[in-house]
Amino acid sequence: MATRTKQMNRPTNGEKSLQVLTPLEKAPTGVQGLDEISGGGLPKGRTTIVCGGPGSGKTMLGLEFLVRGAVQFNEPGVVMAFEESPEEMARNVASLGFDLNALAESKKLFLDFVRVEPNEIEETGEYDLEGLFVRLQYAIDAVGAKRVLLDTLEALFSSFANLGILRSEIRRLFGWLKERGVTTVVTAEKGEGTLTRHGLEEYVSDCVILLDHRITEQISTRRMRIVKYRGTRHGADEYPFLIDERGLSVLPLTSLSLDHQVSTERISSGLSDLDEMLEGKGYYRGSTVLVSGTAGSGKTTLAAQFAEAACRRGERCLFIGFEESVSQVSRNVASLGIDLHQWVKKDLLFHRAWRPTQFGMEMHLLRIHQLIQSLKPQTVVVDPITNLITTSTQREVRSMLMRLIDSLKEMGITALFTALTKGGSNLEGTEENISSLIDSWILLRDVEQNGERNRCLHILKSRGMAHSNQLREFLMTGDGIKLLPVYIGAGQVLAGSSRLAQEARDQAEAVARKNEVERKRELLESKRRALQAKIESMQAELATEEQQMERMFEQERQQERRLELDREEMAASRKVDSKEDDRAESARGGQ
Amino acid sequence: MKKKANSKVASRKSERPEPEAIELRLYVAGQTPKSLAALSNLRRICSEYVEQRYHIEVIDLLKNPALAQGDQIIAIPTLVKSLPQPLRKIIGDLSNTDRVLVGLDLRSTPGSPEAKAARA
Repeated sequence: MATRTKQMNRPTNGEKSLQVLTPLEKAPTGVQGLDEISGGGLPKGRTTIVCGGPGSGKTMLGLEFLVRGAVQFNEPGVVMAFEESPEEMARNVASLGFDLNALAESKKLFLDFVRVEPNEIEETGEYDLEGLFVRLQYAIDAVGAKRVLLDTLEALFSSFANLGILRSEIRRLFGWLKERGVTTVVTAEKGEGTLTRHGLEEYVSDCVILLDHRITEQISTRRMRIVKYRGTRHGADEYPFLIDERGLSVLPLTSLSLDHQVSTERISSGLSDLDEMLEGKGYYRGSTVLVSGTAGSGKTTLAAQFAEAACRRGERCLFIGFEESVSQVSRNVASLGIDLHQWVKKDLLFHRAWRPTQFGMEMHLLRIHQLIQSLKPQTVVVDPITNLITTSTQREVRSMLMRLIDSLKEMGITALFTALTKGGSNLEGTEENISSLIDSWILLRDVEQNGERNRCLHILKSRGMAHSNQLREFLMTGDGIKLLPVYIGAGQVLAGSSRLAQEARDQAEAVARKNEVERKRELLESKRRALQAKIESMQAELATEEQQMERMFEQERQQERRLELDREEMAASRKVDSKEDDRAESARGGQ
Repeated sequence: MKKKANSKVASRKSERPEPEAIELRLYVAGQTPKSLAALSNLRRICSEYVEQRYHIEVIDLLKNPALAQGDQIIAIPTLVKSLPQPLRKIIGDLSNTDRVLVGLDLRSTPGSPEAKAARA
């Protein structure tokens, strides 16, 4: 037996290579999130050590593994308690909805309480812990157990003086459990600088989970880390978890892959004007929208309008408020013509509000997760996420939001977050630096001018669409939100009354311009007419000149002809009378 | 005869009435050398040192595993003295006679606290 145990606990290389060939079988824990980070559960048929300080939730984890195994996975279990009596244990977990006694009665669990009073015991000579083995075997046989919880085995260390025997027996016990093929959880107190106070991890090398309970800025957070998990891929980070009325919940920081399915379906932002800016179709379904802006810039209203539109489509919407109570939001947006109450009554809108300081960061996100899981909404609104920062450090907030956004995307839920930007700080940066996680980012800003503040909206980014680059004025009216174009000129944006003034000025200018054109047209017409007249008179003058010229040419021609005749007559008369020649010559000179 | 005389001495010393019979249960798991040694040691000690009436019951947990829970048995062998009160448990093969006697409250002399201190 002893040699066999050694082989079990110090696996040879041959065993390792065998594990590579055949994937490790896992026993699902049923604990929310733990199966994700452990890749399916605890190593089946092997021993897992759960270690942590006092109050870190070791027993709870172990018990939940057993109870869920018995209830959900049809794997009966044995709870062997070394510290608490079964009555105490049953009472402690009753608040989590586990009824240990009922499970014991229905033979799904076997409860055995091992109590060792050191002052009742005298040690004389050689002994072993066969009694423990006998009891375990009896318990395993009684219910046909597949799972075993030993809580806390280390209590034995204060009961027995001979540590040599104890250690070798514990080593033998782990080997024995492995031989039985039961999946075992052993809880152990965390030691100084070691995982367990008594070095139990030396005997078990398959899986070690470390639980931690620490206080940061007066807010407590529980954390879980899989220190070791032989032969399997697992998340190595510290994962926050919490214990509430539903038992343990672990929030994986990020899912191990980034391969969620995306939708090309578009859904309305609740604002037709805004949809118009988003290619006329709105957001993508399953995308994450951030509405950031300074105080009073209309974030909540925009969020309410989005929620209202979702309900109008018949979708379920979860609206989580951290700033205003449920009735206050309803009243305020009712004044803008948004009736949220009707959707609450129709069980489409689930409006929840709680104080950000009520719990730590993990608790908030887990509550959101649990609400999502129980309500199964298609749309989630969180107003505002910035308030969560009061509960935790920036890094934590970021990682938590990352987790939230990630899981929302995985579930295909369209989410809208609002974020408050502090006045004076960079508007285009959110305090949590989550912009890289956001698909569509709507920025609301106040423009202060001429003694008034006006709201403006623009789309900072919207992945996967040709969105408008325009800055629009954001008006809250009795019929909801209206988006108006704003004037952009001379390096400034005009909104509100200055926009109206500018509009009036422009109108006057337009009229003046029109008049001017008309006048110029008339002027041209008259000029044209004048020139025409001039052309006509000149043409008439030209015609007269031409006539005169024509007459002159005619006279000339007649005269020449007469001269010709005269010359002929003269030649004829010279032959007769020379005196007559002289007379004719003097008559020509007289002409 | 001898037992009675001794018991009278004991009662005189502690100024107690006649002690009741001692109920002893020895838990074993099969016929292991340790179990056999424990049983023979127990018989020897009882016959040598126990003056009042006593009763030894040997319980084999391999045959009756359910009985382990009642007396909170972990170590094997374990000797349980259920009567007279208080309940005492002695684990091991009972090879140290002095300790067995102290453990069974049979040495309620002033020497016993010292023995306990020495043990501690």
